[in-house]
Amino acid sequence: MEVAAAKMIGAGIACIALVGAGIGIGNVFGSYLSGALRNPGAAASQTTNLLLGFALCEATGLFGLVVALIILYG
Amino acid sequence: MAMNPMEQFTIKPLIEAPLFEIGGHPIYFTNQSLLMIIVAVAAGLFLTFAVKPGRLVPSRSQSVAELSYEFVGNMIHSATGEDGLKFFPFVFTLFIFVLCSNFFGMVPGSFTVTSQIAVTLALSCLVVGMVVVVGFAKHGLGFLKLFVPHAPWYLLILLIPIEVISFLTRPISLSVRLFANMLAGHTLLAVFAGFVVSLGFAGGILSGLAIAPMLLIVAIMLLELLVAFLQAYVFAILTCIYLNEALHLHDHH
Repeated sequence: MEVAAAKMIGAGIACIALVGAGIGIGNVFGSYLSGALRNPGAAASQTTNLLLGFALCEATGLFGLVVALIILYG
Repeated sequence: MAMNPMEQFTIKPLIEAPLFEIGGHPIYFTNQSLLMIIVAVAAGLFLTFAVKPGRLVPSRSQSVAELSYEFVGNMIHSATGEDGLKFFPFVFTLFIFVLCSNFFGMVPGSFTVTSQIAVTLALSCLVVGMVVVVGFAKHGLGFLKLFVPHAPWYLLILLIPIEVISFLTRPISLSVRLFANMLAGHTLLAVFAGFVVSLGFAGGILSGLAIAPMLLIVAIMLLELLVAFLQAYVFAILTCIYLNEALHLHDHH
């Protein structure tokens, strides 16, 4: 196989990491909502944790994206 | 016509001649250096002059400065407790610098400082170096207890290497998180901008369709503004969490 083609395929495969990020972010917000609807009084105090969880989750997927970019341009 | 979406991240020297040399490596004054100076000067000047009048009923800029001060103060207090507050200048400077560089990067045509791994890695190495220094200064060799969780001895064989590795990868995860978020966001914007250009020049009905990616760019821009703030916040709060571990080891305050 040509190296250029293999690079493209590899970069595409590396982007599968974003699947996990998608599931994770959905989980973060879904769990927050179900918790918040059960106990709306405690919801406001947990928004910082929510945002922290969202950002941490999103970042893990982006690690995969970085790998893809390194493969393509590195 | 297709533009390279990564082109916006290239570092170009603004002055042809290198400023000086370190160990044979020429050091240039680049667009990145310029943006970093602009960010630092703008943030410093704004925060200085916003609180200068010291009105009892704050003006708009004064309340922005006071709000950011209180925001970071509360964040440090909730994450590290009372004795973390002496690191307020450090965390506040980091937060404001990252926030302002993220926001300055959102200005079309400018340059995002935090999309360079060199910058974010330097910042996160500063944070982790700070944590190590603070930990050893406060606890002496007892700081190494950070790597020994409460567990039976046979688990410790496994857990101690894991703890050490997770500590050592902190500068990487901290820097790559910020860098990747900025890089991904700006690449996405550039890719969609490329769609607008190529659709616009396609002619006929396709030119009219160019409005769709245009609207999407506006939406992504809003998301990116949120991400720009969120990443600065995450960077600052993780700094607080790491400092908290160095200050209190495993016991909860």
